[in-house]
Amino acid sequence: MSRQPQIRLRGRSRAPLEAILVGASAGGVEALMNLFDGLPADFRLPVVCMLHMPESGDNLLVELLARRVGLAVKEAEDKERLRGGVLYVAPAGYHLSIEMDRSFSLSREEPRHFSRPSIDILFESAADAYGAGAAGALLTGANEDGAAGLLAIARAGGLTLVQTPSDAQVRTMPEAALALLQPDFLLPIDAMRTLLAELDAPLC
Amino acid sequence: MPDEIELRLLIEAIYLRYSYDFRDYAGASLKRRVRQAQAQLDCPTISALQERILHDPKAFMQLLQFLTIPVSEMFRDPGYFLALRQQVVPLLHTYPSLKVWVAGCSTGEEVYSLAILLREEGLLERTMIYATDINPHSLEKAEQGIFALDHIRTYTENYQRSGGKRAFSDYYTAAYDRALFDKTLRDNVTFADHSLATDSVFAETQLISCRNVLIYFNRGLQDRALGLFHESLCHRGFLGLGSKESLDFSGYARQFEALVRQERIFRKR
Ligand SMILES: C[S@@+](CC[C@H](N)C(=O)[O-])C[C@H]1O[C@@H](n2cnc3c(N)ncnc32)[C@H](O)[C@@H]1O
Repeated sequence: MSRQPQIRLRGRSRAPLEAILVGASAGGVEALMNLFDGLPADFRLPVVCMLHMPESGDNLLVELLARRVGLAVKEAEDKERLRGGVLYVAPAGYHLSIEMDRSFSLSREEPRHFSRPSIDILFESAADAYGAGAAGALLTGANEDGAAGLLAIARAGGLTLVQTPSDAQVRTMPEAALALLQPDFLLPIDAMRTLLAELDAPLC
Repeated sequence: MPDEIELRLLIEAIYLRYSYDFRDYAGASLKRRVRQAQAQLDCPTISALQERILHDPKAFMQLLQFLTIPVSEMFRDPGYFLALRQQVVPLLHTYPSLKVWVAGCSTGEEVYSLAILLREEGLLERTMIYATDINPHSLEKAEQGIFALDHIRTYTENYQRSGGKRAFSDYYTAAYDRALFDKTLRDNVTFADHSLATDSVFAETQLISCRNVLIYFNRGLQDRALGLFHESLCHRGFLGLGSKESLDFSGYARQFEALVRQERIFRKR
């Protein structure tokens, strides 16, 4: 597959990606459905998505996404190793982290930004675990969770994606990110979907 | 990463100085909690925190409150307690006497919940409950059985949804902003300091409830704890875990079978 010019990062070659992390809040169901629409079964990287939701309640997102995408969709479980070609959904009521050995861990610390799960926590732990191998995307949402985490990914040399605020159903979350950092990509969901496929092709 | 090094040194220092073993805890959450303690104790670096706690046991006790996540709730996940009531209790009735171990009992909410359930099911009188934790402050609170009144509404709802048979208010007396739980609930409860990381089995038990503790361990330590449970449980004994905990990624998946998978209740094979 030929590399599209727009995924070259300011002419720099970069470390190969190891995982894609996506966070969203208000308006996020639709955004995630659009973003992952048609994601193929042979997608190489693990993808983790986190949506703010009430602490109790069933995780309907797994079912919703499973109908839309080709690859396996499942809720992330404690101590489970991340595998390529799986779309993981963060469970409700627990924080989700990625450990240095590339497994998930859950915890019940205090909510952050009134949220448990917190996107900051997922992104910060991914930055620690993967360093430059992490790609983080922050989408629509009505609070500021995720911005600090995205900054942590940027500082670790990872790749950062933010949904264009005008394309987001609620712009607070992407705007909070833009106030902290200049992302590698600022894109509407449709373009981000195309980019995902390109990111999955091995980079040199 | 200098802070990874500092974190390891801190954990080692805690182990050498106070014999609390956090070396095999899941790292990401441990790191966040150390960071919080650092802020609270006004230490600019993890190394500064290390120096502080090495020389000041009181500061260590403060750090311990961060490291142990002392949060709990009565009848947390009502479905779990309902499943115990409906599917485990009938089998527990077949034993002439019972030993129950609540591992990582924190401030005691889970213990009182189980005691209430066992009393309503006519089992409490013949049951001995061991409630263990590593946090002495939490154990002390657990022993007192006094909880904040602001939570009582949630607890009452949880209790009702868990199949509770009476008025929840039968079990406590309200005084100011506190609810004092019926002392007789803990007549057969022994609160004790016990670490799943360093201690061994102390009794044969029929039921072990260990909820939201294993998630803070790495795989190796999780297996150590599960090994203790496996050793302590009698033939066909019961093990209840937290709502997002499983045996699937442990070395003990085959030593237990799911009795109520949805509620994470297992039975020793
Ligand atoms: C989040 S609380 C869970 C409380 C209760 N079981 C519940 O589910 O509501 C976790 C508890 O595990 C305890 N703990 C942590 N490490 C432990 C160890 N090595 N051995 C025993 N208990 C431990 C902590 O002190 C804390 O009280």
